[in-house]
Amino acid sequence: MSTSSVSKGCFVFKPSAPKKKKNSSLGLEDYFIPGCEGAENSHVRFRLFDDLWMKITTDTEAVQDELNRQILDSLLDFTRKCSSTRQHSNWASQMRASEIPTAALMLGVNVPDHDMTFQSLSDLLQQSVTPHVASVQAKECGALKHLMKRVLERLMGAAVTVEDEDDVEEAEQNSTPLHKSVHCSLSTLCDWYITKTKKSNTSTPGKKRGSPIKDEQQQPPVVIIFKDLEAFNPRVLQDFILICSRYIEHLPLLLIFGIATSPSTIQHMLPHSVSSLLCIELFQSLSCTQHLATVIDKLILTPEFPFKLNGKVMQVLISIFLYHDFSVRNFIKGVQLALQEHFHSQPLSVLCCQKKEALLNVTQLSHGDLERIRQLPSFRRFVEKQESEERMTLLKNDAHLKQVCQQLIKDLHKYHKNYYPVLRCLHTLTSSLPRYPLGKQIRELHLTCLEKNVWETEDYQSAMKLLKMLAKDELITLLQRCAEIVGTVKSKRMKRALVQLEDLLTKLKQLDTAFTETATGADDILTSPVKDLQKKTDLFQLQKALLEMNESRRSKKLSPFELLRNEALELIDSLVTAHLSPPEAQTLYEVCYYSSSANVRRHLNATPRTSIQAALSSPFYYLQNESLKAEDGTVSNAAPDICIAYKLHLECGRLINLYDWLEAYATVVSAAEGVDPDSDNFGTVDEVKHARFIRAVSELEFLGFIKSTKQKTDHVARLTWGGC
Amino acid sequence: MASLLQHPGYEKERLQRVAEQLPCREVQAGMLLSLMGQPHQYSYPSIFVYGHRASGKSHVINVLLKELQLPHATVSCVECVSVASLFERVLLSFFGCDAAALLPRSPSLSDFVRVYRQQRSQSSAKETRYVILEKAELLRDADANLLPALLRLQELVEDNVTVLLLSEIAWDTFRPNTGCFEPLLLHFPDYSKGELQQILALDRHPSYSAEFYSSYINILLGVFYSVCRDLRELRHLAALNFSKFCEPLAEGKVKESDTHKLWRNIEPHLKKAMQTVYLREVSSLQWEKMQQAETEAGALRGLSAHTHVELPYYSKFLLIAAYLASYNPARTDKRFFLKHHGKIRKANFLKKNEKTSNHLLGPKPFPLDRLLAIFYSVVDSRVAPSASIFSQISSLVTLQLLTQVSHDDQLDAPKYKCAVSMDFICAISRTVNFDIVKYLYDFL
Repeated sequence: MSTSSVSKGCFVFKPSAPKKKKNSSLGLEDYFIPGCEGAENSHVRFRLFDDLWMKITTDTEAVQDELNRQILDSLLDFTRKCSSTRQHSNWASQMRASEIPTAALMLGVNVPDHDMTFQSLSDLLQQSVTPHVASVQAKECGALKHLMKRVLERLMGAAVTVEDEDDVEEAEQNSTPLHKSVHCSLSTLCDWYITKTKKSNTSTPGKKRGSPIKDEQQQPPVVIIFKDLEAFNPRVLQDFILICSRYIEHLPLLLIFGIATSPSTIQHMLPHSVSSLLCIELFQSLSCTQHLATVIDKLILTPEFPFKLNGKVMQVLISIFLYHDFSVRNFIKGVQLALQEHFHSQPLSVLCCQKKEALLNVTQLSHGDLERIRQLPSFRRFVEKQESEERMTLLKNDAHLKQVCQQLIKDLHKYHKNYYPVLRCLHTLTSSLPRYPLGKQIRELHLTCLEKNVWETEDYQSAMKLLKMLAKDELITLLQRCAEIVGTVKSKRMKRALVQLEDLLTKLKQLDTAFTETATGADDILTSPVKDLQKKTDLFQLQKALLEMNESRRSKKLSPFELLRNEALELIDSLVTAHLSPPEAQTLYEVCYYSSSANVRRHLNATPRTSIQAALSSPFYYLQNESLKAEDGTVSNAAPDICIAYKLHLECGRLINLYDWLEAYATVVSAAEGVDPDSDNFGTVDEVKHARFIRAVSELEFLGFIKSTKQKTDHVARLTWGGC
Repeated sequence: MASLLQHPGYEKERLQRVAEQLPCREVQAGMLLSLMGQPHQYSYPSIFVYGHRASGKSHVINVLLKELQLPHATVSCVECVSVASLFERVLLSFFGCDAAALLPRSPSLSDFVRVYRQQRSQSSAKETRYVILEKAELLRDADANLLPALLRLQELVEDNVTVLLLSEIAWDTFRPNTGCFEPLLLHFPDYSKGELQQILALDRHPSYSAEFYSSYINILLGVFYSVCRDLRELRHLAALNFSKFCEPLAEGKVKESDTHKLWRNIEPHLKKAMQTVYLREVSSLQWEKMQQAETEAGALRGLSAHTHVELPYYSKFLLIAAYLASYNPARTDKRFFLKHHGKIRKANFLKKNEKTSNHLLGPKPFPLDRLLAIFYSVVDSRVAPSASIFSQISSLVTLQLLTQVSHDDQLDAPKYKCAVSMDFICAISRTVNFDIVKYLYDFL
C-alpha cells in the first residue's frame, strides 16, 4: 500500500469495509441445502419449510397478542387514569399526588416469554399514551448511576455522561459535544421534560384549550419499566424510588414492575418508608399453561398446517415445558426445530404441504423418490393388503404408483380434516367428567390418540360408562357444543354426523313435551323404595337396599330418554372409532409426521455432563477410531492421555496421590508403546510421559473433575463421586 | 408566638410570613434564626439538624431560607451517585453553570475547594451562603475525608458559608474515628398529639367547615395515634378516609355537629384501613375503589395474599431439595435418604448446639453437590443431569428463591441458601404430593 507521506515510518491501514455481496449471498437456504438427504428437491423443501414457518410465526404472534390484550388494555387504562387524575384539582387527589403510581405486572416464572410481552407493552404505550417509555433490565443496572444512565439514555434518546473512571471511554465515544455537560440526574430529566412539553404545546397552538384530551397530551406520563424486579439490587431500587419521589411534582412518573414470582416480593425488597411512596396496583397475566393450551389449540390441533408431530415428539416438547421451563417461546422453538429437521432429513417432505400443491408435487416425483415411497413401512403394509397383481404394478409401474399416491395423499388430508373435530367433540364430552378419565387438557387426549386406538383403552371405557349416567340437560348442552364444533367443518362425513347430532338434539328436546306422562309414571316406581330407605339406619342394609334398587332399575325397561342417550353415545363411539385411529395406521403418514424424538431431545435438552463422561470413558463414541474399541467399562491403552488419566482417577478415593497416579499412568502408556513388560524400562517415567501426564491432569482440572487441595500438598481432590 | 421569630436583621413582614408557614416549629425556627444571625454576619460553620421522619426539618429550613431570600444550595445525598454531582450542584447554585463547568472530570475534594475559592474571589459573599445536605447519613459511606471537610468548609474556602446537615439519626453515629470539627446539634422533637391535630387540621377540605374537619382529624388521631405518629402517613390516611366520613352527611342522615354518630360510622372503617392501607397491602387507588363499591370489599386482596407461585415440576423438587439441605444438618442426610439407614433415634443423634430448632436459626448454606444428591433421591423418576436442570438452579437464584452465598468462581463448588418460608415450601410440596414434614429433622 502506498501513502502520500514523504517521511519513512509505520502506517496503519484499516481494512476497507468488507464487500457486502459476499455476505448477503449466503442466505438461510445455503445452510439448509448442504448435508440434506435427497438433494435434488431440496430447494422445493426449503421453500415449503420457509413458507410454513412464516405462517406459524405470524399465527403465534397473533395468538400471543390476543392473549396479552386484556392485561395490556387494563394496564393502559391504568396509565391513562393516572395521568388524568394528576391534572384534576380535586381535593383528595391533590392530597395523594405525592405517590408514584406503580403497576405490578405478574407474569409468572416463564421469564423467556416476558420479552415479547414487554415489547408489545412498550409499543402500545408509545402508540397510545406517551412517547416517553424506558425499560430497564437488572443486569444492566448494577449500581444506581447505571440505572440512572440507562433511564435517561432511553428517555432522552441521547448519550449521557457518567462521572466514573470506567465509563470514560464509553462515554466519550457516545457523547456528542452538545450533551457534554449533561449529568446523570433526574433534575436533568426534569428540565428536559419541561422544555419538551412546552415545545410541543407551543408548536400546536391551533388546538382549542380546555378540551380534556388536550390536557392529557400536555402532560404525558414518563413510564419506566423494570423488566425483572426480582433480580434488581434492592438498595438501588430503593434509592431510585426515593429520588423519583422528590421529583414527582414536576415529573409525572409511572413505574411498571415486572414480577415473576409473587407480589409479596415488593414487600421483601422495599421497606415501608419506600413502599409508602408508591401507589401499587396489581395486574395478573394469564398463566403459562393456559397460554400453552391456546398455542397448541391454534398450532397443533388444526388441519391447517400439514406438518405434524408424532406422539413421542409431542411428549418430549410438552415435558420440557412442564418439567423444565414453562416457556411457550421455547416450545415454539422446539416445533421449529422439528419442522426444520423434518424438511431437512425426509426427502418425501415435498409432499408435506397443502393438498393442491401436494398433488402437484406427486406428479413431479423422481424415480428415486418413488423408490423411497416403496420403502416406507406404512406403504409396505398398504401393498401387502393388495391383490398380488396390484402389488406387482405398484412395485413396478411408476405412473400407477403416482396415481395411487395422489389418492393416498387425499385420504391423509381427509383423515386430518375429520380427526381434529372428533377429537374436540370427545374432549368436550369427557373434560367435565369426575376424575378426568381421559385427561383435563385436550393435549393429553391428543397424546393418547396419537399413540394407540383410544377406544380400546380402559380410560375410554370408564369415560363412556360415566357418560351413560349424564342427566338430560347436561347431555343436551354437551351435544350442542359438539354440534357447533362439527358444524364448522366442511366435509361430507362431518356433515352427515352433524345431521345425526341435530336430529338427536331435537328428539331430546321434544322429550319434554311429548313424554311427560311416562316420566311421572317412572317417578312413582322409584319413589317407593326411596321411602323405605329413609327408615333403614344400618349401613349394611342400606347398601343392600341400594344394590337391589340398582338391579331393579337395570332390569327395568329403558325410558325413552335413556334410549336416546344410548343412541347419542353410540353415535359418538362410532365417530371415534372411525376417525381417531392413530396416524401410524395411515398410509404415507411419514410424509407429514416428524418422529425422531431422540433428536429433538438431544438438541433441546442437552446433557453436557453425560457427553463429557461418554467422551472420556469411551473415546470411540466420538473419535470413531477402530483401535479405540474396547469392552464395556474398560479403556484401550491407546486412548488419549486424558481418557487414561480419567479412567485411573475413577479408581481412587476422594483424595488422589499424584505420584501413584503418575506411576499407574506410566505403566499403562508403556504397555501401549509395546515395551516388553519384563524389561527394566517398563513403567519408568521419562520426561515426555511426565509432561503428557501433567497436561492430562490439568485438562481434568479444567473440566472440573479434580481440584488442588490444601489438606495434603501432593494430592488433588476429586470433585465427583462414584466410580468403579 | 410570633414574638419568637424576631430578628433585627430581617424585615418584620417576612418573619411574619415564615411564622405562618411553620406551625408548631417556632422554637426551632427561632433557634435557627438566632444561629444564622444577620445576613452579612458569619454564622457557625456547620449545624447538624436531626429528628425523626416528618418532623419538619427540611420544611423549616427551606421555608426560612426561601422566605428570607438567602443564597442556598439544597442537595439530597441520595441523589449524589458520586461526590462530583454534590460539588457540582453546590457550585451551580452559588456561582452559576460556568463555575460548575470548571470542575474537572471526577473531581476530588481539593478540586472543589480550588474552584470554590477561585469563584469566591470574583464574587465574594455579601450574605451567608448555606449548603443544605439532606439525608446526611449517606455521607458516611462516601470518602472518609468528605464529611470532616464539609464540617469546616467555611475555614477551607475562607468564605461566609454554613453547612446544614439534615439526618434522621443522631450525631454520635457520624463521628469519624479520626476526629473532626464538632457541628452544633439541633434536635427537632416529634410533634405531640395536639400539634399533629393542629397541623393536620390545616389542610381542610374547601367545601367543609374548619370545625368539621378538625373533629374528623380528632377521630382519626384517636384511632391511629397509638400506631403511627408519622405526619405524612397520617395526612395520607386522612385524605383517603375523608370521603367516607362525609358520606352520611351527603345522604342527609346526620348534621355536621353530630360527632358521635359520625364517629360510629367511621370507626370500623378506620380499623380496616389500619390493617390494609397503613401496611400498603392495598394501594390508595384500590382503597378508594373499595369504598365506592362497599359490597365486594372482601374480594380485593392485598399484596401479601398472593403468595402462590407456579413453578416447573423439577424446579419444585430442586426447591424442596434446597430447603431440606438448608434446614437439615448434613449428618442426617443418611438417615433420610438412604434406604437401609437403620434406626437412629433422635436423642442419640442430637448434638448440643443442634437442640435448638434449625428453623429458628435460619437457613444454612449448602454446596451444590449436596443439593443435587438430595434432589436425585427426592424426585421419583430418573432425571438426566441435563443443562436445563442446572439452568433452573440459576433461575431460582434470580427469582430470589435461592440465594448464592459464596461469590467465588462458579466452577469451584458454589454454595447456596434456600430463601423461602416454611409455608411456601409446604404449599409447593403439596402440589407434587411430597410430604416434606417427614423429611425435616426438626419435626422428627
